[in-house]
Amino acid sequence: MKHGRIIGFLLVLLGLLLAAPMPVLAGDVPLPHPVKAVKGSQCVEPVDTMRREHMNFLKHQRDDTLRGGIRGAKHSLRQCIDCHAIPDPKGASKDRTVGPFCTSCHEYAAVSIDCFQCHTAKAEDGGKQSSRWRHKAGGENLLSELRTHLQGSTKEARP
Amino acid sequence: MNRLTDATRRKLLKGAAALSTLALAPGVMLVRPAVARETGKPATSNVRWGLLIDTAKCDAGCDTCVTACRTENGWTGHDRPQTDPQWIRKVTVTDKRSGAALSLPVMCQHCAEPPCVDVCPTGASMKRADGIVLVDKHICIGCRYCMMACPFKARSFVHEDVTDQKPHAPRGKGTVESCTFCVHRVDDGRMPACVEACTEKAGRGAMIFGDLNDPNSDIAKAVSKHVTTRIRADLGLDQGVMYRGF
Ligand code: HEC
Ligand code: HEC
Ligand code: HEC
Repeated sequence: MKHGRIIGFLLVLLGLLLAAPMPVLAGDVPLPHPVKAVKGSQCVEPVDTMRREHMNFLKHQRDDTLRGGIRGAKHSLRQCIDCHAIPDPKGASKDRTVGPFCTSCHEYAAVSIDCFQCHTAKAEDGGKQSSRWRHKAGGENLLSELRTHLQGSTKEARP
Repeated sequence: MNRLTDATRRKLLKGAAALSTLALAPGVMLVRPAVARETGKPATSNVRWGLLIDTAKCDAGCDTCVTACRTENGWTGHDRPQTDPQWIRKVTVTDKRSGAALSLPVMCQHCAEPPCVDVCPTGASMKRADGIVLVDKHICIGCRYCMMACPFKARSFVHEDVTDQKPHAPRGKGTVESCTFCVHRVDDGRMPACVEACTEKAGRGAMIFGDLNDPNSDIAKAVSKHVTTRIRADLGLDQGVMYRGF
């Protein structure tokens, strides 16, 4: 009888010990919630593909562009920034930056990237840096036409 | 890449053609190097980009090309001439006997046989198919062999942290860099910033940029008409940058 109680107590204790770590871990490190994109209704690839493969797309693209000279491709880093850069939440600066979006996940996954030591994380707003298309044909209309077109074809890319 | 519709492309091409010859002042014309390469297409060896500098039109008092390059590519210094980056510089050449002097800009000479590419241990120093010599900073380890190998002192090392880079010209500490012929502009069918400024801002037109392989280009015509020199031609590096008048 006495032994039975002790064994029962130990079993309950064991159960508690096993159960305890789960909620503690889950509570410690909240899952990342990347901020919503500022532009575009869809990413350049389906979202689940982007979550897993964006680093491969980017590294492939940088070789194609820098070494091969291929421009205006859909996995361009400048394009990511154009859609994913957000305005400063504190309002201290007028610029949109992509830092908060990329770091939200990278902090969670303990990834550190060096891309923004060289590449500006700021979006090219305000018309200071004229875009490729605007420059060439000199028309705002054409630019918006192209945007609509690009959005159309990203839709097609979805399965 | 997202293919453009035919209609959109036609419009782009038409726009480019209309812009392709700008009359700047009587007698001074700025001709675009070419129509922008089609989106998604790589650079090819059908094209060989070259630059011809007429020293007779260049002046020691003028550094418009240097300023234009700095503004375009964002390589501001820290007032430390020993270590500040320098993609293009003005050099004065003096004839010791007569004292006669010439002034000319020197930048990466975009060799067909680039020594910097030969010595690079990682493949970062590279020549694009169309002859533009670049540093692939993604794999540059900052060893600076290329700087030692270059006979023209054209390359710099970035010694300090960089902020506020231009979106089209990423730069960062610990890598080597040099003139890119403004590859982002050339791919877009525009002139390098120095060439544009020499004509538009300085009104000199001392620099002609274009495709040496295209017999109808201004540069190919000029090269076939006038005697041109390459710096240290004895090295046989077959530079894309040529000079006239010395
Ligand atoms: C046309 C605008 C646009 C471009 C260009 C773009 N994205 Fe996206 N991206 C989106 C949208 C819209 C979503 C869906 C989630 C949302 O609304 O924020 C998304 C989602 C993502 C996600 C998943 C986020 C999550 O909530 O889990 C990642 C990762 C991502 N993008 C990375 C990139 C990278 C890297 C690039 C550049 C190669 C890029 N994106 C280019 C608009 C864009
Ligand atoms: C040491 C400087 C440096 C670092 C660090 C760097 N880049 Fe680059 N990157 C460049 C340069 C220079 C170019 C060429 C720009 C051009 O010609 O337009 C470039 C071009 C690119 C391009 C093609 C242009 C575009 O915007 O699409 C991509 C993609 C790219 N880099 C991705 C990356 C990624 C991803 C990282 C981080 C893993 C990174 N880079 C880190 C210097 C750097
Ligand atoms: C949905 C979450 C998420 C977002 C948003 C995100 N990343 Fe990532 N990224 C990851 C994860 C997770 C890894 C690590 C994958 C691994 O190690 O296998 C990673 C890895 C990378 C790597 C490779 C790092 C290395 O050391 O090889 C690069 C480059 C990268 N991300 C670039 C970006 C850029 C640029 C952005 C913003 C435009 C971004 N990522 C936004 C989740 C994200």
